[in-house]
Amino acid sequence: MTETQAAAEAVSTTRPTLLEARDLHVEFASRGRRARAVDGVNLAIGAGEIVALVGESGCGKTTLARTLLGLERPTSGEVRYGGNVLDYRSKALKAYRRQVQLVLQDPMGSLNPRQTVYEAVAEGPRIHGLPDEREVVTTALSRAGLRPPDRFFLRYPHELSGGQRQRVVIAGALALDPKVLIADEPVASLDASVRGEILALLLRLRADLGLSALVVTHDLGLAWNIADRVAVMYLGRIVESGPVEQVLTAPRHPYTQALMSVLPESPERVVLTGEPPDPTRIPGGCRFHARCQVLASGKAAEAGVDGKCRSELLQILPAVPEAQAACHYAALSQPGA
Amino acid sequence: MSLLELDDVSVIYRIASGEVPAVRGVSLSLDSGAALGVAGESGSGKSTLAMALLRLLPRDARVGGRILLDGEDVLTMKWGRMRAVRWAEASIVFQGAQHGLNPVRRVGDQIAEPLLVHNLAKPDAARKRVAELLEQVGLPAWRARSYPHELSGGQRQRVMIAMALACSPRLIIADEPTTALDVMVQAQVLTLIKELVAEHGISLIMISHDLSVLADVCDQLAVMYAGRVVEHGPSHEVFHDARHPYSRALAAAFPTVGDPVSRLAPKGLGGDPPDPMQLPTGCSFHPRCPVALDECATMDVELWAAGAGRTAACVHVQEAS
Repeated sequence: MTETQAAAEAVSTTRPTLLEARDLHVEFASRGRRARAVDGVNLAIGAGEIVALVGESGCGKTTLARTLLGLERPTSGEVRYGGNVLDYRSKALKAYRRQVQLVLQDPMGSLNPRQTVYEAVAEGPRIHGLPDEREVVTTALSRAGLRPPDRFFLRYPHELSGGQRQRVVIAGALALDPKVLIADEPVASLDASVRGEILALLLRLRADLGLSALVVTHDLGLAWNIADRVAVMYLGRIVESGPVEQVLTAPRHPYTQALMSVLPESPERVVLTGEPPDPTRIPGGCRFHARCQVLASGKAAEAGVDGKCRSELLQILPAVPEAQAACHYAALSQPGA
Repeated sequence: MSLLELDDVSVIYRIASGEVPAVRGVSLSLDSGAALGVAGESGSGKSTLAMALLRLLPRDARVGGRILLDGEDVLTMKWGRMRAVRWAEASIVFQGAQHGLNPVRRVGDQIAEPLLVHNLAKPDAARKRVAELLEQVGLPAWRARSYPHELSGGQRQRVMIAMALACSPRLIIADEPTTALDVMVQAQVLTLIKELVAEHGISLIMISHDLSVLADVCDQLAVMYAGRVVEHGPSHEVFHDARHPYSRALAAAFPTVGDPVSRLAPKGLGGDPPDPMQLPTGCSFHPRCPVALDECATMDVELWAAGAGRTAACVHVQEAS
């Protein structure tokens, strides 16, 4: 069952928006301060589109994903699904969660060790009272690449390999016949050789079922492998987004450039010093300016934008499919962008 | 002379249901100041091998073969000598920096511990040395007074490296030192490790499942599968032009961004790593191998010459030569 051959299908350019974040803000109290985990995000995921949300830990990508799932409530702004604002009343939310499903990382942690594969996959359909449970479970396992499905019904998680466990988690999400999968680091805990198979499965699900996906990851190679579009997040905001080919081969935001430069085999490294800064103290001006290599090297000053970098806030990027970057320096080379 | 020489090393775990051969006849050598990468998936035996080098395995593990550190056999060393060798001649940086440090002791005291235990320094001198070490790994000296929870993941991993450096060992074994770290922090830690190897002439054995990371840091690469080395050679050649189909699959698992071949085409390997208690016959890799021949199910493979300074355990290599 090599899914690797599930070939890439052409990326169509116009896709109706299915799931959308509009001017989304999510704040938490953190040791007496306000942490602006998501600090103004516009993001749209089209039907049948795979979007990679990339960033370091602490950048707010997981909070954004949880808010899109309705697991967190935005402080301001809204989540829209199929054009309607997300309704947080429990009945509406339950219906929403059939459409938008979470795939967790670390399948060992997200599967109950005392539940059989059948029970694990059947849990969602039972909660939602779906008929023909056995049929639903069989189809879901088969779509997740666990074939023949009935051979897996009575197995326990510890009897499965890491890749098979991740497939069970995906089958659990597929059982509800969702339209969107939100996958948080879907392959981070998997072995190298299995990783490609799981990614290929996500591509095949998109080709066969028209599933959309938001893949949250810190791995740019993963974005290159499966995503149509990529959004790079830094300290609560998307700082660059666009088609994968454009953003990852010609990144315009210095932060994306730095992330790309530390990939193995990259010719010239820009290793940013320090850890990602603290969402309770977001710097003024451009939020990246304290670590920005373009500003530090004096190139921003040469171009006369260093003052702006330090003091002028950047506009929140709109949810458009075209390549865009929130950077005073990059804006010079492409006016109007 | 090589600093470390492994000669037909094997490790068998004895468990209730039988014997688990985790490492099956590994021979490798490492020159002074060189860096060797050991790649493989979970269950390939790479971490077991690392632990065996300093006899850190649990009692139910039986180690065979010879492990010569500077000409001295680690496996026959007296206990006291073994203790002296650990830290002072060779030390390990473990994966998962959050578990390797004692949460209720200041990191400075933890870095100083091996110095004091080995009587290499009096408390005053140890404090000075700790400050030096912290600086070497890129942390300010005042961090010595911090507790592990006050540090980020990358900083904790730096502390682990400082600890490993404390007694000026000649060999450092780093087991997945950057797993679970962010890309930028990973780059910082890898840069640090590379500098230490280059500037202090420390030899390095680095273990990872990520071939691209190993190729970046190490001169030589050994790829392990089911307890054996299946390919060995200069790291860039192994990474870019692997001779064993398993190494090829590992190399392809981490795509080069910008490479049109891997765009929307993730590469994987069907099947799962074998159960060490039920190894396939013949070449252990044949059930998953995309280019297996009929004879692979029965014939014994060994490391055959595969070009200058390279070996690979694949029948296709043997045929080519």
